[in-house]
Amino acid sequence: MAYEIIESCVNCWACEPLCPSDAIFEARPHFKIDAKKCTECEGDHVDPQCVSICPIEGAILNPFSEPANPPGSLTGIPPERMEEVMAEIQSR
Amino acid sequence: MMELKVIGQSEDNTAESGCSASGCGGSSDQLSHLPDHIRDKVHNHPCYSEEAHHHFARMHVAVAPACNIQCHYCNRKYDCANESRPGVVSELLTPDQAVKKVMAVAANIPQMTVLGIAGPGDPLANPERTFDTFRQLTEKAPDIKLCVSTNGLSLPDQVDELCKHNIDHVTITINCVDPDVGAKIYPWIFWNNRRIKGRKGAKILIEQQQKGLKMLTDRGILVKVNSVMIPGVNDQHLEEVSKVVKEKGAFLHNVMPLIAEAEHGTFYGVMGQRGPTHDELQTLQDKCAGDMNMMRHCRQCRADAVGMLGEDRGDEFTMDKVEVMDVDYEQAMIKRADYQAEIEAKLEAQKKSANETFIPLTALTTKKKETRPVLMAVATSGGGVINQHFGHAKEFLIYEASMTDVRFIGHRKVDLYCSGGDTCGDAETTLQKTIRLLEGCEAVLCSKIGYEPWEVLEESGIQPNGEHAMEPIEEAVAKVYAEMAESGQLEQQRQADQLQAGA
Repeated sequence: MAYEIIESCVNCWACEPLCPSDAIFEARPHFKIDAKKCTECEGDHVDPQCVSICPIEGAILNPFSEPANPPGSLTGIPPERMEEVMAEIQSR
Repeated sequence: MMELKVIGQSEDNTAESGCSASGCGGSSDQLSHLPDHIRDKVHNHPCYSEEAHHHFARMHVAVAPACNIQCHYCNRKYDCANESRPGVVSELLTPDQAVKKVMAVAANIPQMTVLGIAGPGDPLANPERTFDTFRQLTEKAPDIKLCVSTNGLSLPDQVDELCKHNIDHVTITINCVDPDVGAKIYPWIFWNNRRIKGRKGAKILIEQQQKGLKMLTDRGILVKVNSVMIPGVNDQHLEEVSKVVKEKGAFLHNVMPLIAEAEHGTFYGVMGQRGPTHDELQTLQDKCAGDMNMMRHCRQCRADAVGMLGEDRGDEFTMDKVEVMDVDYEQAMIKRADYQAEIEAKLEAQKKSANETFIPLTALTTKKKETRPVLMAVATSGGGVINQHFGHAKEFLIYEASMTDVRFIGHRKVDLYCSGGDTCGDAETTLQKTIRLLEGCEAVLCSKIGYEPWEVLEESGIQPNGEHAMEPIEEAVAKVYAEMAESGQLEQQRQADQLQAGA
């Protein structure tokens, strides 16, 4: 079982040096996690390190393919509010 | 978290003379109260000295993408080439690329004195990249001053390393000293391998910032404190912040306005948090100025800005262009030293001649009646003189003239944000925007102005004035004030309808 970085990653490098298993590597178009190496930080840290520093909601999936940081969990912006504002901006 | 770099406005001749056209105690002379050893360090730093910013240049290299905290005014996804604000950057560089770029810029822009690392993340959350860049530059470009900005979270751990390099200026962004206020600004921090949310995280951040500030000033490193003014969140609190950071030895406090637009996708932008009005910002800066030296000329630049303050020549130095430039740095260093010596000599000469031609304001203003202070906007492209066409001005410098002196208040940018595309606001014309921007001003001084804007400005209660082209700003502002006083229009409060029109 492993975490996975998906396309919304902004390549900010924050997670890479934190990984205790050196499972994270720079790649194009975005960073990736080597699923064979990822231990979910078990035995090293209480919380998975990449998930704990990642600033982008939804950029990392947990082993069940769910966003490890769901919408609103990091920015504090309620998802409904975000949708509403984005729709308003689009309609201009 | 992101940072800024600055540029100044155009103080011509007052930074060291203590008492000249600015009048005694004018804020334009903001460095005069500093001890000599600090002034020596900042006199040619465009971000710290109002006088220096028109003659010297700075650049930022974006080598530090990672961040260890989240701020509500920042969106980590943002990257727009049209945008000018802290934290935004187009091209991330490796330390080797950054060094190459710095050498190329320094060889081509002889005014360059300062290299800063300001993001787009937190430079000290990327210690290897940041310090690798500094290490190489200390060796290869010893004539360039190095500075760094940080949110302060990992500052105490990095102070020793910072001291090893040629770094004499550090900027810490401190928005609060109270964790309850902090909880409204910082949703989380990453600390000891965990994400810590809310008040608890804010408390740790504040402790680290204060500890780091003290450690730096104890070691004689200059510290500037930046604060973002967020109405209803920390506006009442920043006076206290000013006091606290001064006690700990910060030499400048830079209060900047919050930039928040829904388009930016930041918490504050999306939630509709407003930024301060010009008036609110100025009032707070005045209050804090009672406690310590304030900066009024910060331009809140991008994390990859290049050039003189207020300009960005980054496009000339993208990595593909830098890679093919042939740089003889030894030669460039000699050229730079000559060039900079020439500027210093010129400034010295200007200062002398200014003192000779100095006309006391008391001679210009009428002493018969009490006259109220007036705000005036000035269009200038630098050099301390009025030399820009109204329609070409990308920003206006704001001065306050009163019976006793003329002082620099700040600058206001035309089109602060992205100016292109239909996503950018309503159908308001540039002229209307500019008039709104000049809210509170009663005159605008420029080298020339077209007929149409002239009329519209007059209708809005702002008197256009093109009669002082190429004159030193402060003298011209004083003269216009004297004329206004003479004509009797300053003896009563400004008409309410005029204020409305300007608003």
